[in-house]
Amino acid sequence: MSAEIAEPASKIELPAGVGGGGEIPTFDVTLRVRRYNPEISEEATWDDYKLTMYGTDRVLDALHKVKWEIDGSVSFRRSCAHGVCGSDAMRINGRNRLACKTLLKDLDTSKPITVEPIKGLPVEKDLIVDMEPFFQSFREVMPFLINKGHEPTKERLQSAEDRERFDDTTKCILCAACTSSCPVFWTDGQYFGPAAIVNAHRFIFDSRDDAGDMRLEILNDKEGVWRCRTTFNCSEACPRGIQVTQAIAEVKQAILSRKI
Amino acid sequence: MTATQIQSPRSGKDGNGRPGAGLIAPKYRRSGASKGNFEMAAWLFMRLSGVVLVVLIFGHLFVNLLVGEGIHAIDFGFVAGKWADPFWQFWDLAMLWLAMLHGTNGVRTIINDYAEKDSTRFWLKIVLYAATAVIIILGTLVIFTFNPCPLDVNGIPLPGGFCPAA
Repeated sequence: MSAEIAEPASKIELPAGVGGGGEIPTFDVTLRVRRYNPEISEEATWDDYKLTMYGTDRVLDALHKVKWEIDGSVSFRRSCAHGVCGSDAMRINGRNRLACKTLLKDLDTSKPITVEPIKGLPVEKDLIVDMEPFFQSFREVMPFLINKGHEPTKERLQSAEDRERFDDTTKCILCAACTSSCPVFWTDGQYFGPAAIVNAHRFIFDSRDDAGDMRLEILNDKEGVWRCRTTFNCSEACPRGIQVTQAIAEVKQAILSRKI
Repeated sequence: MTATQIQSPRSGKDGNGRPGAGLIAPKYRRSGASKGNFEMAAWLFMRLSGVVLVVLIFGHLFVNLLVGEGIHAIDFGFVAGKWADPFWQFWDLAMLWLAMLHGTNGVRTIINDYAEKDSTRFWLKIVLYAATAVIIILGTLVIFTFNPCPLDVNGIPLPGGFCPAA
């Protein structure tokens, strides 16, 4: 028997000079980041960073490159970096997006890419905002199952149709992209905001939940659903594609039909 | 050696890490739940009055500008003739009230949206409500007390040429 032939690295003959990350096109971008550090100055400024990035890179990769290789003082939140945790919502070219889901190649790379903190919440440093007012509104709509009956010994069953009723609003990751894109919230921080209403919707229309009336009463407030002007900024901003404005309209209708 | 001061790590928490300790900026704190259904009623009124106004206004435009001689027929006598008929009195009254309240509520929401200071919001609304009250009362008076042939203090018709001399 002949000696065993070593398995080749690739079954296709590749010309020399091609391989690895080389075949992914690279391009130069200017990342324009909104900088704010209250320990240095109360004024926020723009900092430009020139970067060479790959076609597969996202805005988050550009921010990482800045933070890891150029300027370690740039501050932003991110956790999973894959569109699940909802930490890295920011205003990219004037639109609320998750930095980890926005590919650089989909943006206009001929102009600087602006990255700002989301609007309407107090900025703590650079791209980090104080999320506490946002979570306070979220807590106030009681985003948890309330069931008055006896606790069952097994799973609470629900038909597929009943589950479908609120399926869209279960997708929320609490990134605050919707609430901080809402022009009403920008001027009126007391407005509950789209995200709180979406999470109320998720339980109001859940057949297993018994506290829908309480949540509708909470949102029938002067800072509740009637503050919504249906500008659709929230639906446009949602990285999970939730039809936020429609969910708010459904809550409005539920309050109306309960009162009349 | 002085003890190192460690700041509360997250805003919105007190020193023991409990959330909701009132550290949320006043700008974001809701001042208690509002009672009543006023905002809901206002929202519903906007939709319903809007639908009715479409009928009233286009009916008004059609009758005044298109029927018969159309726009050339409009003069003092035309208006006087319309307001002699209770149907048109009611039509114009409904149009006046609905349009004024619809518009006032629209401007009220705009003031709520754009006024940043409570005092600005308050005074703008006072001006708005005063203007609305004046126009509605004046308009209603005109519709119901309109007299095409007013007499002067001596009982002689005022000049104008629309009414035959008594």
